[in-house]
Amino acid sequence: MNDQYNSTELQRAPVIEPGHTFASVTDKISAIVLTRPATNGWFVGFGIAFMATMMLLYAIGYLFLKGIGIWGVTIPIGWGFAIVNFVWWIGIGHAGTLISAILLLLRQSWRNSINRFAEAMTLFAVACAGLFPLLHVGRPWLAYWLFPYPNTMRVWPQFRSPLMWDVFAVSTYATISALFWFMGLIPDFATLRDRSDKNWIRMIYGTLAMGWRGSARHWHRYETAYLLLAGLATPLVLSVHTVVSFDFAIGIVPGWHTTIFPPYFVAGAIYSGFAMVLMLAIPIRKIYGLEDFITTRHLQNSAKVMLATGLIVAYGYGVEAFMGWYSGDTYDAFTIWNRLHGPYAPFYYALLACNIFIPQVLWIRKLRTSPVALFIISFVILTGMWLERFIIVVVSLHRDFLNSSWGQYYPTRWDYMTFFGTIGMFLAAMFLFCRILPMISIFEIRTLLPQAEVKE
Amino acid sequence: MAKRDPIYGIMAEFDTPQALVDAARKTYEAGYKKIDAYSPFPIEGLAEEIGFTRNGVPLVVLICGLIGGASGYLMQWWCDAVDYPLNIGGRPYHSWPSFIVITFEMTILFGGISALLGMLALNGLPMPYHPVFNVPRFAFASKDRFFLIVFSSDKKYDAVETRKFMQALDPRSVSEVPS
Repeated sequence: MNDQYNSTELQRAPVIEPGHTFASVTDKISAIVLTRPATNGWFVGFGIAFMATMMLLYAIGYLFLKGIGIWGVTIPIGWGFAIVNFVWWIGIGHAGTLISAILLLLRQSWRNSINRFAEAMTLFAVACAGLFPLLHVGRPWLAYWLFPYPNTMRVWPQFRSPLMWDVFAVSTYATISALFWFMGLIPDFATLRDRSDKNWIRMIYGTLAMGWRGSARHWHRYETAYLLLAGLATPLVLSVHTVVSFDFAIGIVPGWHTTIFPPYFVAGAIYSGFAMVLMLAIPIRKIYGLEDFITTRHLQNSAKVMLATGLIVAYGYGVEAFMGWYSGDTYDAFTIWNRLHGPYAPFYYALLACNIFIPQVLWIRKLRTSPVALFIISFVILTGMWLERFIIVVVSLHRDFLNSSWGQYYPTRWDYMTFFGTIGMFLAAMFLFCRILPMISIFEIRTLLPQAEVKE
Repeated sequence: MAKRDPIYGIMAEFDTPQALVDAARKTYEAGYKKIDAYSPFPIEGLAEEIGFTRNGVPLVVLICGLIGGASGYLMQWWCDAVDYPLNIGGRPYHSWPSFIVITFEMTILFGGISALLGMLALNGLPMPYHPVFNVPRFAFASKDRFFLIVFSSDKKYDAVETRKFMQALDPRSVSEVPS
């Protein structure tokens, strides 16, 4: 039994390459922030992302000037790109919380090397997601009306609406993700404070570390608080995409009004999130030479998570199709027929290819361990998941109960500029993050080393 | 006010977590109660060795979480059933099932914020100045060294005896911490 266990352990790639010490992991990760000069490649990458961010600001500025008439949204497709992108981005964020909270509770120690930048990814993705409903309300400068505050109009929000639930779910999610991220950073801020040789840098990290000194009492409370936060974030992350799916499922539009939505949305969120984690991790580990910490094991495990959640998503599509037939409801049946034969049918077939068929190659171990193959498959999955949200939002809306209200959706250049602009904003934030914060949790990596073990 | 002791404590430096845990146990068993240990990462069981077994964080989180949930529910009830009742789809004004989601979110929000702030407050952070930082070697406490300190406020503390005791623990070095 023991031998068998050992032999399978040997076959697996390690979570952290052997030969590291407390000092070497500290130096290697903190050097990226403290001593490594910014390369030309970084400036080019950041420059492009920054210009895309400026394009986003331009698109938003023009939107403020003209109103959302510049977008392609109109009746019957009132939701369009804004909601497609909102759901897509917020789904991507879910993998970060899954890695940091759920895998922590499940004691999956391999999470320790990817949780920090996965959490950063969550934060930036939620920031991008939050923009869309905010702009989509039409008068963004009055978006604070969504919150219950005492006002001279003497009205209150309507709390029975899933859209209100969404406001609370997403804002809580953003807050808790930020807290969780910051809390994980405190001991690493202390490390950077003690490692840096420039006074002003020490001042900044020292302020952020708030005087952390690694006392055993502090660690004890810290670990308790971290676990509790993980315990709170776990149901939260599952609830967020559930509530997002309620935005659809509580409505009566055919194709939306179904109980499969919450689990299928959550699985889809994790699916796309892991794809984004891989798309970020693969270049980062290569460029910054972090293959010792983000090993093949991490890539392989992420691929397995994608495979599993991808199958749940496939099951969701299956149930949707089955219910279209089994419910006997004319409109539901028509929704399925319309997906397969309507004007957006090519999108639906592309969705099936991207989300169900192509990812099945992940069953092959060789591809699961190949960074290049994983990068390409992750891109395919992210495209597929965007298409899924497009199908749900646009294809369901463009053919509703009355033929007279049928329509077609034509996104404008402003829609595309806003969408690609948020990708730029996301990447620009990631570029900055890599330079100013340790992208791997240093103290959690120390606990993974064999030297960290203490016998009673 | 009594004059502050110019010495804050005596500090020993160790190379491995194992050495620190063993030294902490011996020191606590030798009767020193006001001691602390510093490490670059959490070490399981170290806090227990220096006599710290219960911390207040879970209670803070429980209370704040309950407050969050209760206030979330009451807010919705007061807004939608008392102050501004609206007939939505013929549902009762006090339609509790639709209030569950926000009640849940508010529980998580309050609990989560209190977990971070409660941890910081109980740890006495932010604390810009602390005497242990006066020891230059202490900069390695966030890298790869492990420290044990006996505070001068301990009853058993004696500048000479305690130093001798700590030397016997086989540390890398022993130093006085000026306050």
